[in-house]
Amino acid sequence: MAQMTYRQALHDTLREELLRNENVFLLGEEIGNFEGSYKITAGLLKEFGPRRVVDTPICENGFVGMATGAAMLGLHPIVEIMTINFIIPAMDEIVNHAAKIYYMFGGQCPIPMVIRTPGGGGQQLAATHSQNLEVWFAHVPGLKVVAPSTPADARGMLRTAVSDPNPVIFLENLALYNVKGEVPDGDYTVPFGQAKVTKEGKDLTVISYSRMAAVALDVAQRMEQENQLSIEVVDLCSLRPLDKTTILNSVKKTNRAIVFEEDWRTYGIGAEIAATVQEEAFDDLDAPVKRVASIEVPLPYSKSLERAALTGAKHLEDAIHSLAPRRRR
Amino acid sequence: MDTKSEQQTDAQGTASAREQAQTPIPKGEDRETLLKYYHQMVLIRRFEEKTVEMYQKARIGGYCHLNLGEEATVVGFCAALEPEDYVYTNYREHGYAIGRGISPEAVMAELFGKETGCSHGRGGSMHLFDINRHFMGGYAIVGGQIPLATGAAFAVAYRGSPEVVVCQMGEGTTNGGPFYESVNLAKIYHLPIIYFVVNNLYGMGLRVEQGSAVSEIYRKACAFDMASWRVDGTDVLAVRDAIQRAAALAREQHEPSLVEAISFRFRGHSVVDPDRYRNPEEVKAGRAAHEPIAAFAARLKAAGISDDVGLQQIGEQVEQEVEQAVQFAEQSPDPALETLLDHIYASADVSSGGN
Repeated sequence: MAQMTYRQALHDTLREELLRNENVFLLGEEIGNFEGSYKITAGLLKEFGPRRVVDTPICENGFVGMATGAAMLGLHPIVEIMTINFIIPAMDEIVNHAAKIYYMFGGQCPIPMVIRTPGGGGQQLAATHSQNLEVWFAHVPGLKVVAPSTPADARGMLRTAVSDPNPVIFLENLALYNVKGEVPDGDYTVPFGQAKVTKEGKDLTVISYSRMAAVALDVAQRMEQENQLSIEVVDLCSLRPLDKTTILNSVKKTNRAIVFEEDWRTYGIGAEIAATVQEEAFDDLDAPVKRVASIEVPLPYSKSLERAALTGAKHLEDAIHSLAPRRRR
Repeated sequence: MDTKSEQQTDAQGTASAREQAQTPIPKGEDRETLLKYYHQMVLIRRFEEKTVEMYQKARIGGYCHLNLGEEATVVGFCAALEPEDYVYTNYREHGYAIGRGISPEAVMAELFGKETGCSHGRGGSMHLFDINRHFMGGYAIVGGQIPLATGAAFAVAYRGSPEVVVCQMGEGTTNGGPFYESVNLAKIYHLPIIYFVVNNLYGMGLRVEQGSAVSEIYRKACAFDMASWRVDGTDVLAVRDAIQRAAALAREQHEPSLVEAISFRFRGHSVVDPDRYRNPEEVKAGRAAHEPIAAFAARLKAAGISDDVGLQQIGEQVEQEVEQAVQFAEQSPDPALETLLDHIYASADVSSGGN
């Protein structure tokens, strides 16, 4: 067990996977000479050379498709997309090819591949560089989508991703890279499709993932300390496959749920979870499921406007207060 | 010879089958091999004609694109490759699948959507696949196969193994981003791949000159300082030789290249396309000028390799093979409904495809 940042956890895990498996190689823009736009791959080119750490030109569809083709022949590429915004040109290779090849050809050719990419706003990068597009991928059968919120989960889920014979979208978040936490060493893995109850509570459940799961945990802990409310926090960890059981068990216990997400509300992760809860735990609900999400606008540059558009701790607190049982309000 | 910047044309696209028919078969060609090429060409012709019939009887659904008129292109291409080489194609690929050794039964069964099809009925006409024959798929998103094939070549280079990857596409595909991105990647990483462009002069209904600023597709390779050749796609031996040259470059020098074959589509873009955008006179003249089977038959006879009786016998044998394929497809079971959700995800114990 060691204290380290989310960035360091990713870096160390990539290094271990390169050491462990000759079929693993890294590719992406600026991951070698430049050592990574966010320095996740710092030092790896020097250690492993250009065969294992491949700098690509700026052509996302080309190199994501190339990685998919290499996976068809049994290599295990780990692709870095500089930010999730730049994944859009590669949608054809991801959605039409990587996600379909195993099924469409009758189970003859798996695609063992990881695509790592950070999402999220709040860095004053404006509309085209601040998006949360995970739901686009979570919609597609054939892909797996995971979104770890802590350094430990980043390590454990990246290791699981590299042992999975399917295309995995591994969602990071720019604002998480410097977050520190305890990270187990050795053969530590975190399975896909299992949500975590990161804090137990009895008044209501907050369901979240990625950076907002970390924010939710902070808010819940503070409210507990201030003896306001007992909040249960469910960190989804995986968006596809989705762990419905953990969500439903929590809602059946607290009878109230908020989904807290950084993406846009309409057709978002919250919509899916609210639908699931009303379909499968309707009688356990004391109130409609609430969604706390970002304002539906192309994210503006201006700091004040950006702040006004993004969701955060304050929005969650307000929602908790409005949804909590009357006796505790 | 500086192969890096070599771009050569052996054909102007107007080379007529009549001229070809008068070209003697070079000395040293093996008789059995030549007859095998002829057999394959006739097999693809009859298979595709039967496919039209089965489509009209509603045994086959969806989109369905044929290799009619492209038989020499297909057979010459397949003849140049080793069994271990990897082939990626577009959606006009029935002939390529057969040429690479997938049985006509398994191809016809796939068109019928049967469990015994080469993609187990999940893919259909546009998505034929056979991992054991390194037939790595027909792909129906135009250009989608090009980055994938480039990645397969990346894997071959990564492992240092001797295979070559060949990526077939139509001329219309060379106007899109996936082509340019992939060719650039192949060149900077020195990948053993051949980009094989079948130029049948039309992308659906758009003439090559209307869609492509440079309509001699092989010349596009110069933007990447990459070797390229243009050949007459109605001459099976010319296509074979061009692919062999390109394969040697890939195997021995680890360099990508491009081969353009000038071909002619005998029918519309797909089975249901009435082909109204082409002048009937143009189609009639094109068919006559680009009839690959008759031209090759004339050469075989002129060289004394076969005669009318011998070629007739091949035709009868093919007739039986195609009938058997249809019977097999008709008698095969549909996929079981309880398998609907199989193969969405591979399980951890699945071994990798290309190994």
